[in-house]
Amino acid sequence: MGLAISVATGLYGISFGALAVAAGLTVAQACALSALMFTGGSQFAFVGVIGGGGAPAAATAAASLLGVRNAVYGVQMNALLRPGWPRKLAQAHVTIDESVATASSQEDPDEERRGFWTAGVGVWVLWNAFTLVGALAGDALGDPRAWGLDGAAVAAFLGLLWPRLHGRDPWAVAVVAAVVTVAVTPVVPAGIPIIVAAGVAAAMGVAQHRRGSAS
Amino acid sequence: MNLWWWILAAAAIAYATKMVGYLVPSAWLESPWVLRLSSTVTVGLLAALVMTNTFVSGTAVVLDARMVALAAAAVALVLRAPFLLVVVIGAAAAALARLIG
Repeated sequence: MGLAISVATGLYGISFGALAVAAGLTVAQACALSALMFTGGSQFAFVGVIGGGGAPAAATAAASLLGVRNAVYGVQMNALLRPGWPRKLAQAHVTIDESVATASSQEDPDEERRGFWTAGVGVWVLWNAFTLVGALAGDALGDPRAWGLDGAAVAAFLGLLWPRLHGRDPWAVAVVAAVVTVAVTPVVPAGIPIIVAAGVAAAMGVAQHRRGSAS
Repeated sequence: MNLWWWILAAAAIAYATKMVGYLVPSAWLESPWVLRLSSTVTVGLLAALVMTNTFVSGTAVVLDARMVALAAAAVALVLRAPFLLVVVIGAAAAALARLIG
């Protein structure tokens, strides 16, 4: 299972590499993000903001906010796998959606550990290899718009959002965040609407929590 | 500031965020509050990124071929297409829409 997830996820490293280059990053910068940041959603956010003409500081803020869920994963994996030092240092780096999902789906402690590391290291290796492939291909393509790469970015973000829209509460947050983003776009610098939307989403999260709804 | 420094800074923040989960007492981050906030902020950010990538050019709201990509990707997701296929369909839709003009 860890291996299948690695291949599937690694493959969409191609789309990240191509989009990063289309957004104006160099091939080396695209590869550095995959190797060092190594959390897909945040990487897409970083290049998405840059590609939209946003400031690097706004890109960094969007990527960092999107990475917050990884801290929650860290707590879960720390409790599940109980890594010692210095293993923790490496384990933290490969704590991502896929490795956590794979570990969490196992029953036996040895299988949980094996699943986590197979998916974590497997995705890291393939994600980086395919980022390079995508970045080189993107570089060779020329005008990214003629190939619809800006359409690919739209589809990628919708594809990342889609599995999280289960129930009424996340839908409400998504719709309000979307409307707020478009509404403030003409009046604030590029990249900032995304941060404003994150703030509104956080406020809605607080309200939904207070109301005590279950989804 | 050079984009490289921002890339390194963002990567350092991403790693530190992951590490926080392994270092702080689990009760801090496993409270229902934190779980709820982390999931709503993630949804809000992704929805905002969908919108900026579809309708925004600089600081202007525009309607162009990317809207066709959004619609095509949504249809693909409703039909349960895998992620990579959704991305390819989004690209093809935008490219086709431009070609047709």
